[in-house]
Amino acid sequence: MEHGSFKDNSHATFTLGEEDHTLANAVRFVLNQDPRVTVGAYTIPHPSLESVNIRVQTTGDPAKEVFKDACQELMQMNRHVRSVFDKAVTEYKAEQERKEKKAAEELQRQRELFGSMDIESN
Amino acid sequence: MESVVEEEEEVRRIVTDEEKLEAKNFNVFDLPDVPKGLPPHLELQRTRVVCEVGAPLHATGTIYSGAYISSGVDNSVNLENFSENFKVDVISLTKTDMVFDMIGIPPGIANAFRRILLAELPSMAIEKVFVVNNTSIIQDEVLAHRLGLIPLVADPRLFEYLSENDQPNERNTIVFKLHVKCPKGDPRRKVLSSELKWLPNGSELLKESAGGSTTNPKTHTSFSRSQDSFPEFADNPIMPSFEDILIAKLGPGQEIELEAHAVKGIGKIHAKWSPVATAWYRMFPEVILLKEFEGKHAEELVKVCPKKVFDIEEMGQGRKRATVARPRDCSLCRECLREGDGAIEGEAKSKGKAEAKGKREWVDQVALRRVKNHFIFTIESTGSQPPDVLFTEAVKILEDKCESVISELS
Repeated sequence: MEHGSFKDNSHATFTLGEEDHTLANAVRFVLNQDPRVTVGAYTIPHPSLESVNIRVQTTGDPAKEVFKDACQELMQMNRHVRSVFDKAVTEYKAEQERKEKKAAEELQRQRELFGSMDIESN
Repeated sequence: MESVVEEEEEVRRIVTDEEKLEAKNFNVFDLPDVPKGLPPHLELQRTRVVCEVGAPLHATGTIYSGAYISSGVDNSVNLENFSENFKVDVISLTKTDMVFDMIGIPPGIANAFRRILLAELPSMAIEKVFVVNNTSIIQDEVLAHRLGLIPLVADPRLFEYLSENDQPNERNTIVFKLHVKCPKGDPRRKVLSSELKWLPNGSELLKESAGGSTTNPKTHTSFSRSQDSFPEFADNPIMPSFEDILIAKLGPGQEIELEAHAVKGIGKIHAKWSPVATAWYRMFPEVILLKEFEGKHAEELVKVCPKKVFDIEEMGQGRKRATVARPRDCSLCRECLREGDGAIEGEAKSKGKAEAKGKREWVDQVALRRVKNHFIFTIESTGSQPPDVLFTEAVKILEDKCESVISELS
């Protein structure tokens, strides 16, 4: 829900229901890093109500577009986080498997060495 | 008159195109002796939290894109910068615990992940308990509460939410049975979570039906097929994550018979539905020695730190020096910043009282800092899903929230 003025669409307050600091703070970070934004802030009117008011004031561009761009950028950042994380986890798991295999081979080699020594002593 | 005209002709000359282009692209900041970037003290404020004895400084980040515009530094971060600088390093990963580093992410987003991991990731937990017989000293509601808190090994992505109007069926409910008795004459016995039996065919308790005995007796759930016919559950049956959780104690002659239904929910509604034991992050510590610690001071410094962050380095000729060996282990206890109270100089106490009192000679020579964009995340799962899956789901949920906001606005 957007509360703004019809004449000047560069200043607006967006009310999101069923949201809290989780989304609002994350969007605020991304919003403030956009050079078109002069004011990017959020408040929670009452902690018992699940509602967040996000205030956006820009240097001329319509506030709705800037806010949508910020959400879009946050979405893309998340996608990037997910892909980098998945890659890091697969690499780690592969590395662990390699180490385990090497340790198992080492153990096998040592066992064979001891085994052969027993035969010699016999 | 003639001399003035001659001077004007000399001054008027052709300005070439190259000179025009140079004048247009001229930037004061490109001159050779103008320093680029922020001065070091401002860079410190921007990227580090300085932890002093009293309180941390510069903890709130300057996220405004035009914060340093007068120095010519652009503080705005766009997707390309973020994509280039973002890194993840996995430190350790087991079936239940995970520690990994995230570098280059704003703290608001890291906190959003933490909040989602705790409160908005779904999981399965017992919600309704049908008590047939409970003669133990644990009251029904207390027993039901305890059953709800038991973590279950069941992937919530395979289940749907159960709302008020839905019928409980095999897609949204898991049914457990608990029937334990302590025979008369036996000593008191414990009821552990291993005694919860999974009923893959649904509820066995009969509902009171209005029709006569000709109608089929209905149970409290309507399973159309058995849950262990699903491929996911064929090899790994649904059971509590830990077998040794104590549910109740029974004295001789006491009995508990009940049926428990588990449904999907999120941690916001009740903490039993939180899939992580806990999830937290801390900022990467940076410990810097502002002066050289040698000899006796070096030894004192190494002894003072409870996490063994410092180490002694031998430099020839018997001289010792303190170095920062494991800054990652620093827990910000600030022991190295405190003015000594004579407690550590215990040897001095035995030697002479005069030396025991008084401050340390090396106060304020260690700088404790935290790197603002580098987070060490720890996730401890309760067993239903491995921690890397949990984190991926949490990121997906934040994406979904953004998408719903965008679609609401369009």
